[in-house]
Amino acid sequence: MSQPKRKLTLNRRHNLIGWAFLTPATLLIVAMSFFPMFKALLLSFKTGIGVKMQWTGITNYVRMFQDGVFVQALKNTFLYLIIQVPIMLILALILASMLNDRNLKFKGLFRTAIFLPCATSLVSYSIIFRSLFAVDGFINAVLTKLGILSTGYNFLAHPTSARIVIILALVWRWTGYNMVFYLSGLQNIEYSVYEAAKIDGASAFQAFRKITVPLLKPTILLTAIMSTNGTLQLFDESMNLTNGGPANATVTMSHYIYNVSFKYVPNFGYAAAMSYLILILVAVLAYFQMKVGDKRD
Amino acid sequence: MKKKVMVLLLTAAMVVSAIGCGSKAADTTAPAAEAPAADAAEAPAADDAAADTAAAGGDNTLTVWCWDPAFNIYAMQEAEKVYQKTNPDFKLNIVETPWEDIQTKLTTAASSGDLSSMPDIMLMQDNAFQKNVISFPDAFTDLTASGIDYSQFGASKVAYSVVDGKNYGVPFDNGAVIACYRTDVLEEAGFTAADFTDITWSDYIAKGKEVLAKTGKPLLSCQAGESDVIMMMLQSAGSSLFDAEGNPSMVDNAVLKEVMQTYAELVQSGVLIEVNDWDQYVGSITNSTVAGTINGCWIMASIQTAADQSGKWAITDMPKLDKASGATNYSNNGGSSWAVTSNCKNTDLAFDFLAKTFAGSVEFYETILPSSGALATYLPAADSTVYAEPQEFFGGEPVFAQITEFAGKIPTNNTGVYYYEARDAVAVAITNVVAGADIDAELKTAEDTVNFAMGK
Repeated sequence: MSQPKRKLTLNRRHNLIGWAFLTPATLLIVAMSFFPMFKALLLSFKTGIGVKMQWTGITNYVRMFQDGVFVQALKNTFLYLIIQVPIMLILALILASMLNDRNLKFKGLFRTAIFLPCATSLVSYSIIFRSLFAVDGFINAVLTKLGILSTGYNFLAHPTSARIVIILALVWRWTGYNMVFYLSGLQNIEYSVYEAAKIDGASAFQAFRKITVPLLKPTILLTAIMSTNGTLQLFDESMNLTNGGPANATVTMSHYIYNVSFKYVPNFGYAAAMSYLILILVAVLAYFQMKVGDKRD
Repeated sequence: MKKKVMVLLLTAAMVVSAIGCGSKAADTTAPAAEAPAADAAEAPAADDAAADTAAAGGDNTLTVWCWDPAFNIYAMQEAEKVYQKTNPDFKLNIVETPWEDIQTKLTTAASSGDLSSMPDIMLMQDNAFQKNVISFPDAFTDLTASGIDYSQFGASKVAYSVVDGKNYGVPFDNGAVIACYRTDVLEEAGFTAADFTDITWSDYIAKGKEVLAKTGKPLLSCQAGESDVIMMMLQSAGSSLFDAEGNPSMVDNAVLKEVMQTYAELVQSGVLIEVNDWDQYVGSITNSTVAGTINGCWIMASIQTAADQSGKWAITDMPKLDKASGATNYSNNGGSSWAVTSNCKNTDLAFDFLAKTFAGSVEFYETILPSSGALATYLPAADSTVYAEPQEFFGGEPVFAQITEFAGKIPTNNTGVYYYEARDAVAVAITNVVAGADIDAELKTAEDTVNFAMGK
C-alpha cells in the first residue's frame, strides 16, 4: 500500500529538488533584472523633469527621431557597427586559424599576447588611446620623427580621424576576445580534415575558406551577435576617448542616454525610451543574423 | 524529507537576506560608538545602520558631503573648529564624495523618493544648482529665512543658488576669472603684464600675434569641445545663453555672436590653441607651451604645481569684448556652494553653523586661505590682512586681495536650468564655426537643440 505512494513522492521529490535549486536564481533574476526592466518600460511612457513625471504615451519614442543629437548618435553607432565589427571578426578569425597551426612555436605566448587587451579596463585603455593620439602624443611623435607629418596632427579634433581612432581602439580591445571563441571552436574540428585537404592539394586559404569558416559558423554567429550587442551599447570609448567630440561626431547612443540622465536636466522617461530602442535594435539585428547565419532548420 | 525542507528554508532565507542587503547601506558601522551616550538612546543602533554616511537626526552632529581633501574638506574641518568655540559638543561627519557621485546619489535618492541616505549639508557645483533644485525641489531646504546675510556675498555668486527668488545655497569658493601671464615670455616679446590689464579682445589678439611671432608661444590654451572660454566671455558682458524668462537666446544674441567671432579669430590667429582634455590643458600651462591662461581663479592651484615657474607669473583681469554694451573685464567660471538637504533634521543647527562660519567669520577665511588657496566669495574677508599678503609665486603681488576685488565686479547673468544642454550645443556650434561653418546657421541649430531639449 505504501510502496506505490512512495514512488510518486520520489518523482515529486526530484521535481521539488529541481525547483529548490532553481528558485533562488529565478527569484534573484526576477527581482534584480526583470522587475527593473519592467519598471523602465513603464518609465519610457512617462515624461517630466526629475521626479515630476506624468504619462505621455509614445511621445518619447516619436521624440527621439526628431532629436538631432540622438539621430547623430544613432548614425555614429551604426557606422562603428558596419565598419568595426566585420574588420574585427575577420581579423580574429585569421588570427585564430593561424594560432591553431600545430607547427607554430610559442603558441601560448601569442595567444596570451593577443588576448591580453581584454584584461584591461575599458576606461583605462580609452584614456591610454587618448594620450597616444594627443597632439604631442606617441603616435604623432613617431609620425613626425619618420617625416610623415611636419607637425603633430590633432587626431581627436577631426571627425574622420576621431572615428578611426575609436574603431582602432575597439579592434585592439576586442579582437583577442573573439579570437578565443574561434580558437575553442577550432578545437572541435578534427585536424585530420585539414591533413586530408592538404593531401588533396588545398592551399591554406582554401582550407580556411572551405573548412574553417563553414565549420565555425555557429561560433561566428555567436560572436557577431555579441559584437553587435556590445557595439550598440558602446559607452566608455565615446565618453573617455573623445568625449563625444568633435561636435558630436563620435557620440554614441549610450553616451547620449547618460548625458540625458545625469549631465543634463534629468529626463528619465526619455532616457528609458532610448534604452528600449537599443534593446529593440539588438533584438531585430540578432534575429536577422540568426536568419542569415543559421541554416540548421 | 526533513532535510529537503531544511534546504528549502535555508535557500529561501538566503534569498531574503540577499535582497534585504540591497536596501541597506553598504557601510554598516554603527554610529552609536561615536555619538554621545545621551543620543544613542533615542537613535536605536539597529535602525540607524545607514546613519554613518547619511544625516543623523537630533544630536549635535552634521554630516557633510564634499570632494577635495586639500580644499573644501579642509575648509569644512576648519569651520568645525571655528564653530566648536561657541558650541563645544558640535561635531562634523565629513564624507569625501566626488562631485559626480554626489550628483548620482542625489539623482538616485530624489527620484526614488527616499532621501534618508542624503547628508545634512552637501557641496554643489554652481552650474548644476538650478537644475537640481528645479528637478528635485523636495531634496533642498529653503535658506532664505535662515539668518544668513546674503548681502555680504558677491551678487553674481549668490544668483547661482537662487530659484524663484528663494536662496538654496551658501556661496563658498570663488570662480572669479583671472588672466595669468608668464612675465618672462611677455618680456621676450617686449610686453609687461600691465600691457594686458584692462584691455579688449582685439588688443589681446594683436598683442598675442606679436608674442606668438617673437616667442612661438600662444597666449592661451583651452579644451576643444568645452565652452568655458565662450561662457566666460559671455558673462563678462552680463549676457548668457538664456534670457530673463529662461528661454534660449542665441540667434538674436549680439553678444554671443561677437563672442563666437572673437573665439574663431583667436583660434585662426594661433593665439589660442585647442587641446583635447584637461590634463593636456594643464600640461600646456605647466610645460610652458603657452604664455598664459584665462580661467576661474582656482586654476592657480594647477599653475603652482610648476614650482620652477615661481615668480614668473602675473595675474590681472581678463580682456573685455569690444562692442558689447555691458562689457567688463570680469567674469566667473566654476565655483561651488553649500546646500542644506531636506533630510537635515536639525536645520537650526545647520543654519547657525553656516551663518557663523562660511557666512560670518573673517577669521575662518583667514585660516583656510594660506594653505588651501580657498578664495572667499564672502566680501568682508577681502579686507583681511591675510588676503593682502604678497604671493611669491605670482611676482610678489597681493593676488588674493586683487581677485576678491574682481569677484565683487562680476556681472550677474542667468545660467538657466538647461545650462549643460546649452553649453554643449554652443560647444558643437563653435567647433563647426572654427572649421569654417556660418555663425548664424550654427547658432540657429544650437538654439533649436536647446529648445528641443526643453520640450518646446
